[in-house]
Amino acid sequence: MVEQKGVLVCAEVTDQGRISPITLELLGIGRKLADDLGSKLSAVIMGSEIGNIAEELIFFGADNVYLVDNPLLKEYQTDPYVTALQRLSKYVTPDIIVIGQTSIGQDLAPRLAFRLKTRLTTDCINLDIDPETKLLFQTKPVYGGNVLAVYACETKPQMATVRARAMSPSGRDDSRRGKVIPFDSKIDASLLKTEVVKRVKEEAKGVKLEDADIVVSGGRGIGGPDGFKQIDDLAKLLGGAVGASRPPCDMGWVSSTCQVGLTGKIVAPNLYIAISISGTSQHFAGMLGSKNIVAINKDPEANIFKVADIGIIGDYRKVLPAFIENLRKIAAHGSE
Amino acid sequence: MNEEINIIVCIKQVPDPEGPPSAFQVDSKEMWVIPKGIPPVLSPFDENALESALHIKDTNKNVRITAISMGKKLARAVVIKALAVGADEIILLEDKNFDPKRLDCYSVAYVLATAIKKIGKYDLILLGRQAADWNFGQVGSGIAEIFEIPSITLAQNVKLEDGNVMVERVLPDGYEVIRVSMPVLITVSHEVGDLRYPSMHDIKKSKNKPITTWNIRDLGIELPQGHINLLKLFVPKQEKTCHFVEGESLEEAGANLALKLKEDKII
Ligand SMILES: Cc1cc2nc3c(=O)[nH]c(=O)nc-3n(C[C@H](O)[C@H](O)[C@H](O)COP(=O)(O)OP(=O)(O)OC[C@H]3O[C@@H](n4cnc5c(N)ncnc54)[C@H](O)[C@@H]3O)c2cc1C
Repeated sequence: MVEQKGVLVCAEVTDQGRISPITLELLGIGRKLADDLGSKLSAVIMGSEIGNIAEELIFFGADNVYLVDNPLLKEYQTDPYVTALQRLSKYVTPDIIVIGQTSIGQDLAPRLAFRLKTRLTTDCINLDIDPETKLLFQTKPVYGGNVLAVYACETKPQMATVRARAMSPSGRDDSRRGKVIPFDSKIDASLLKTEVVKRVKEEAKGVKLEDADIVVSGGRGIGGPDGFKQIDDLAKLLGGAVGASRPPCDMGWVSSTCQVGLTGKIVAPNLYIAISISGTSQHFAGMLGSKNIVAINKDPEANIFKVADIGIIGDYRKVLPAFIENLRKIAAHGSE
Repeated sequence: MNEEINIIVCIKQVPDPEGPPSAFQVDSKEMWVIPKGIPPVLSPFDENALESALHIKDTNKNVRITAISMGKKLARAVVIKALAVGADEIILLEDKNFDPKRLDCYSVAYVLATAIKKIGKYDLILLGRQAADWNFGQVGSGIAEIFEIPSITLAQNVKLEDGNVMVERVLPDGYEVIRVSMPVLITVSHEVGDLRYPSMHDIKKSKNKPITTWNIRDLGIELPQGHINLLKLFVPKQEKTCHFVEGESLEEAGANLALKLKEDKII
C-alpha cells in the first residue's frame, strides 16, 4: 500500500483563461487542511495552453502545481477529465481531494470517487481535520439545508466538493515559492464518448449575479414579468444584479440563470434584497452568506424575516415605487 | 421497423422537500431526520427525469419506460404515480436491508445497477440531478461508472435524433448541447419542466400495468460495506433579529427604507 499523503485541490479555469474565484476558496481551505496535517498542498490545473497561470496557484498557497495541459482538455468533458484526474490521483496519492461544487465539479467528482473506489461528500460548507483521528470531518447541509450532517470517510482518498462562498479565499503572496510539475495524463481522443455540439451563452446585461455587490431578487409573489421590470429598475439604480427564487425562473418571468439557491447560484453580496420571497431552506442555501439582508414581504410570518436584518411587512407594489423614488432622490442629493 | 428503445427511470421516495422547516426534526438518539406531518412524495428531480422519458416516448415510436424505486418500505400510492403518467412497468426494490441509514451512495448505485442488469435492456437511464432529501447528487454518475457508459449531468432537455441522444446541459450562464450515443446515463434538472398530471383514463389504464417487487435475494447480492460514517446531525440556528422599517403608510415605509440603508452605510 502506498501511503496517501497531502491535500490535492482541483483548480478551475474560466472561459477567459483565468483562475476561477472558487479556486481561491479551494486553495484557502486546502492550505488550512494541509497545515493542520503538517503535509503539502498540491493543486491540479487541467486545460489547454494554461501553463501561464499555473504559477499563480503557488502565489495563492499551493506547494506543488500539477499542470495537465492537453488540447483534449480545452473544454470540460466528463471522460477525458475524469481519466486525467484519476491518473494524477494514482500518481500523487493524496490523503484528501477537494473539488468545487460547480457545474464541472458536480459532474467530475462523483465519477472520480467511484473510479477511485472511495466515497465523496458533496456540497460541503465546512471541512476540518479531527485532531485525534486526523480524519477529514465534512459538514454538509441536507434536507435542503434544514439539517446539517457531519461525515467522515474510512477510504482514501477522502473526497469532498465544497459549496461556493463557503470557504474564505486565500490571499495572494508573490513571495511564495513552489514547483510547477507538468503531468502527462496520456489521454487520447478514443476516450471521448460525447461531443459538444455548441455552447449557448445567455449574456446577462450589466453586472454578473455571482460578482455583484448588490443583488435584488424577486419571488413568486412578484406575480409576473411586469413586476420584474421594477426589480430590474431597482437593480440598475443600485448598480446591482437581478436574482430570483426558483418559481419566477420556472415560469419564465426571468431567465433561469437568475436563480439563487441550492440548485441555482450561490451569492454573497454586501446587500441582498429579497422581495416577495417566502424564505425556504433551498433559497437560503444560495444567499445566507450575504452581509446585509433586506426583506419585503406582505406576510409577517414569512420565514425570510428570520434571516433578514431589515424588513418591511407589506405589499411590494406599494413599498417599491416609493423606495425607488427616495433612492433616486438620495442619489441626486449625494452628487450635488 | 424501429428497434425498441428501453428507458429506465430511477425514482426515489422522499419526505416532501417543500415542507416547513419545523417538519424536519432531528432525532438525536436515532441520529436520523424524522419528518413530521409531511407526506412522502417522489423526489421532484426524479419527476423531472420521468417527464423527460415521457416526452421521448411521446415523440418517438417503440419506447418502453421502466421505472425503478428502491426503499425499505415504499408507499404504493406514491410510486404508482409513475405508471399513471405513462411508464409501462415499475419495479420496486423493497427489502428491510434497503434502510437509508445503512446505505451510502455507493451501495445505492450498486443495488440500482444490479437491478438494471437484471432487467437486461437499457438504452437510456434517467435520474434526477440529486435527491431532494440528502442532496448528494452522485448515484447517477455511480451507475454510469459501474456500467462504464457515458453520463451527462444537469440536463435541461433530452431528445433522440438520428439514433443519437441530444442533451442540453445547464451551464451557469446558459447551456451546452451534447451529442452522445446510447447507452447513456443522464441526470435531469428541473428546467425540463414539471411532471404531467395523469388523466382519469391513464389512471384506469395503469391498473393493468405490471408491478414487480424484488428483494435483495432476488437480486442475488449482498450490500457493500458502508465506508462513510455519519457522525453528527443537527438543525442549524439561523435566527437574527430583524429591524422592521415602518411608516404612516407603506409608501412612507418604502421611502424610510432608502433612508435606513443610507444611514447604516449599506449603500
Ligand atoms: C430539491 C429542491 C431544490 C430547490 N432549489 C431551489 C433554489 O435553488 N432556489 C429557490 O429559490 N428555490 C428552490 N427550490 C424551491 C423552494 O422549495 C421553494 O419552492 C421556492 O424557493 C419558493 O419560492 P418563493 O419564495 O418565491 O415562493 P413562495 O414560497 O410561494 O413565496 C411567495 C412569497 O411572496 C409573498 N408575497 C405574495 N404577494 C406579495 C406582494 N404583493 N407583496 C409582498 N409579498 C408578497 C408571500 O407572502 C410569500 O411569502 C427547490 C426545491 C427543491 C425541492
